[in-house]
Amino acid sequence: MKKKTIKIMVALILYLFAMLINFENELINKGIFIVSYIIVGFEILKKAIRNIFRGKVFDENFLMAVATLGAFGIGEFPEAVAVMLFYQIGELFQSYAVDKSRKSIASLMDIRPDFANVYRNDKIEKVSPDDVKIGETIIVKPGEKIPLDGIIVEGKTTLDTKALTGEAMPKGASEGDEVLSGCININGVIKIEVKKEYGESTVSKILDLVENASSKKSKSENFITKFAKYYTPIVVIIALILAVIPPLVISGAEFSDWLYRALSFLVVSCPCALVISIPLSFFGGIGGASKMGVLVKGSNYLEALSNTEIAVFDKTGTLTEGVFEVQKVNPVGVSRYELLKVAAYAENYSNHPISKSIKQAYNEEIDEKQIINYEELSGRGIVAKIGEQNVLVGNEKLMQEKQINFEKCNEIGTIIYVTIEEKYAGYILISDKIKEDAKLTIESLKKNNIKQTVMLTGDKKEVGESVAKELGIDKVYAELLPADKVQRVEELLKTKSQKGKLAFIGDGINDAPVLTLADIGIAMGGLGADSAIEAADIVIMTDEPSKIIKSIKLSKKTMRIVKQNIVFAISVKILVLILAAFGLSTMWQAVFADVGVSIIAILNALRALRIKNIK
Amino acid sequence: MNVKFKIKGLDCANCAAELERAIQKIEAINSANINFMTEKMELEYDENNEEEILKKLKKTIKREEPDVSIEKI
Repeated sequence: MKKKTIKIMVALILYLFAMLINFENELINKGIFIVSYIIVGFEILKKAIRNIFRGKVFDENFLMAVATLGAFGIGEFPEAVAVMLFYQIGELFQSYAVDKSRKSIASLMDIRPDFANVYRNDKIEKVSPDDVKIGETIIVKPGEKIPLDGIIVEGKTTLDTKALTGEAMPKGASEGDEVLSGCININGVIKIEVKKEYGESTVSKILDLVENASSKKSKSENFITKFAKYYTPIVVIIALILAVIPPLVISGAEFSDWLYRALSFLVVSCPCALVISIPLSFFGGIGGASKMGVLVKGSNYLEALSNTEIAVFDKTGTLTEGVFEVQKVNPVGVSRYELLKVAAYAENYSNHPISKSIKQAYNEEIDEKQIINYEELSGRGIVAKIGEQNVLVGNEKLMQEKQINFEKCNEIGTIIYVTIEEKYAGYILISDKIKEDAKLTIESLKKNNIKQTVMLTGDKKEVGESVAKELGIDKVYAELLPADKVQRVEELLKTKSQKGKLAFIGDGINDAPVLTLADIGIAMGGLGADSAIEAADIVIMTDEPSKIIKSIKLSKKTMRIVKQNIVFAISVKILVLILAAFGLSTMWQAVFADVGVSIIAILNALRALRIKNIK
Repeated sequence: MNVKFKIKGLDCANCAAELERAIQKIEAINSANINFMTEKMELEYDENNEEEILKKLKKTIKREEPDVSIEKI
């Protein structure tokens, strides 16, 4: 590229020299032009000759060679050099832009760790992350990347997760916390017990996804390459007709005049600028998305996202935290503390999420010696003897079965009733928490022309409906089994318009079939859920639903850029072609229609990489 | 079988599209997809005939775009 730049500079100086000084001796002038032309155009001429033998007459090198040599032929020396010079400047600019956006994406994905410091035989050894085994202890110093997934066993630090999640805020981590490879350790020295081999770790999963993203092309890309396939031959054939027919048919028509018009056609006939600006825009859009922590697996999905009409959400883990929490403790005849304590003791041996949430709410050491008798009644609850007291902890069914005189509670969520010595002692309400940005997400979806929002859940009808109502979701289907979800999505797919797309947003647990079925499958909280990363078309690395809005906005912006480029480039080219056919434009305008348009289109395409104003 | 290649030396996006069309015409290759921006090529063919297919592929590339080189990944 450097060599090419120097050549262009030298040729440009010679060219301007000849243009400004304008020697009286025509020969000197022409000589300088020819030298300048050869410096800048030799490569093109060489390729053009090679292409003739291969029968590739619609190749841009060949077309440029013909256009410029023709211009020399009819004595338009400055034009001939200018066409070649600006063509080369355009090419250079194009490869610069492509290079720049490739690099900027590569640097985004610069999360590959180069080494791991592992403890072996009381010494620290520097090895490749590939060579570290599960269970070994590694040490990560400030400024280093965490090479493997694991758990901190010693030390405290702040982690930069930006490369993984797009989240700019550093995250604190200390002993016992799980850490993911690809994060950068900012300030403390930490020791990590490795939990996953390198090949299975987060960083290699993500790199794999980015590097092997399907090369599926968008409709716009296919349109433009198809357009180019016909555009160039048509323009070249018209050029040929222009050069030959009018001088023969129209009396008094100058051959050189029509040849000039035909040569202008050849200059405009190159499709490359148009063809490059489209994938460049998509590439930028995908790059911009990964800056926000959203991985898009192909430009076709980015395109589809801008046409989203129906957004279908999974409830648990997507709109809600998926973590059960005690929301309310309602004691009757005992203290709040006592009620919680009894429930926590009874639930001590259970691993059910409900039990965990009760133990968490109690948050005190449980003296297991006090649990004297314990029996779990499946689907109902627990019968136990805690200290001196016989207790029942369970749902409505258990209360009815044991003929307890209890007060039925109609609140939304899971209700755990407690009795002490067969006397009703109150209830505990446990429910899933709605994510902070869930409501805002649904609201903004509507503002962004999403016609319908739907929620699917395996949860109870009342729970589903109450969440949907709180969030403002249009439709809710509850008590679904995974197979029912597929059926619902199939039905919804039939209701959308032909152009509209259905996006399904889930956390990837149990919904892989739906992710695949939907036009666009979006998996949330991609960090750690391998199956989701594989099944989805778009992976949101954090678990914020609001990233969907950002992604849709970005996809719309990308599509706007793509459309602007298509319309702008094609209309300028056609306009100049028409003007040239009537002899109203010069070769200078043709150069603009070729190089000028490509530079503008490429600059426009590079805008897709910028995500600052997407909120 | 889907096979991915790193493809280097492509000058322009239109050349990539043309090369893609030429490769699609090779009979033993069921589908071809070239991504200019990521410099990747994805082909689908029967792996039993791989040797012969790769030979044809290289011939086509040499004819269409002599400066292009490919490498299986």
